[in-house]
Amino acid sequence: MASTQHLSEREKRLLNDYQEGLPLTPRPYAALAHQLECSEAELLATLERLQANGLISRVGPVFRPNRVGASTLAAMAVPEARLEAVATLVSACPEVNHNYEREHFFNLWFVVTAADPEHLAEVIARIAQQSGLPVMELPMVEDYYINLGFPLQWS
Amino acid sequence: MVINHSDPLDLELVHAIQQGLPLTPRPYAEIAERLATSEEAVIARIARLIARGDIRRFGIVVRHRELGYYANAMVVWDIPDGEVSHLGPRIARHPSVNLCYRRPRRPPHWNYNLFCMIHGRTREEVERHLGDLIAAHHLEATPHTLLFSRRRFKQRGACYSRTTTHTTPRPSTDGGVYR
Repeated sequence: MASTQHLSEREKRLLNDYQEGLPLTPRPYAALAHQLECSEAELLATLERLQANGLISRVGPVFRPNRVGASTLAAMAVPEARLEAVATLVSACPEVNHNYEREHFFNLWFVVTAADPEHLAEVIARIAQQSGLPVMELPMVEDYYINLGFPLQWS
Repeated sequence: MVINHSDPLDLELVHAIQQGLPLTPRPYAEIAERLATSEEAVIARIARLIARGDIRRFGIVVRHRELGYYANAMVVWDIPDGEVSHLGPRIARHPSVNLCYRRPRRPPHWNYNLFCMIHGRTREEVERHLGDLIAAHHLEATPHTLLFSRRRFKQRGACYSRTTTHTTPRPSTDGGVYR
């Protein structure tokens, strides 16, 4: 939390208001800078700093699942003593983009995204084989997505 | 229809932007140069991917933990199959919910068929959001469970290219493990 207490009002607006709708004009950052009343160079420096601090992952697209390539949520029930090692093995796959420990019998949850279903199956099989543990695949069946970003409250 | 079955240049474009646009004054021109196409073509293709819904959001992707949203729970529900398509959009519309998917059951170990994510600054805040959600949609009798996250081992943009060479562990973009 400490890192967000030092954010300026401009940085807060940038983080909250621009999670979608980046201008599709040749100089999108200049357009944002204009709206936030700063220079393009300042805005770029701010984005670089926020990225270096880890507050933003990137500026760019969030793809709709399964429209680009093939993906699935997957879960494993890993004995506590092996969790760190299995998590490391899972994270080492370039096809894994999210990997979390969760409080449940199924304690390791990750998302695998690959170019096509065959490659996805290969990755899942490799993780199961290397860990010696079954992998539960939970691909999306229906998406009830409503087009909202992540609303931030600063209080 | 998925993108990789449609247009090779769209697929190249997806690869070029999936980890983020360059933070330089003319990011689309820079991508265009890499793909040996024009800035106008890059912009037009991104616009088309957005219009088709292949890109659902295009902008700053925030990392919720670093912004103080330490509590992140996956809430899973066992909803009768006949009701899930009706309830899913209602749950998705709840202000504290930011993702909501139907997924297959995997009996006997896993009987939940609806997943949503609730983020909050504290565990109590997430539990309060869940209580509101349950009350708003009369879900008191619906079996559900909360899976709070503990450690985040990896979080970054999806990588769609077919890279099979990375078999040795490498640091995640987090630079390590977070608590």
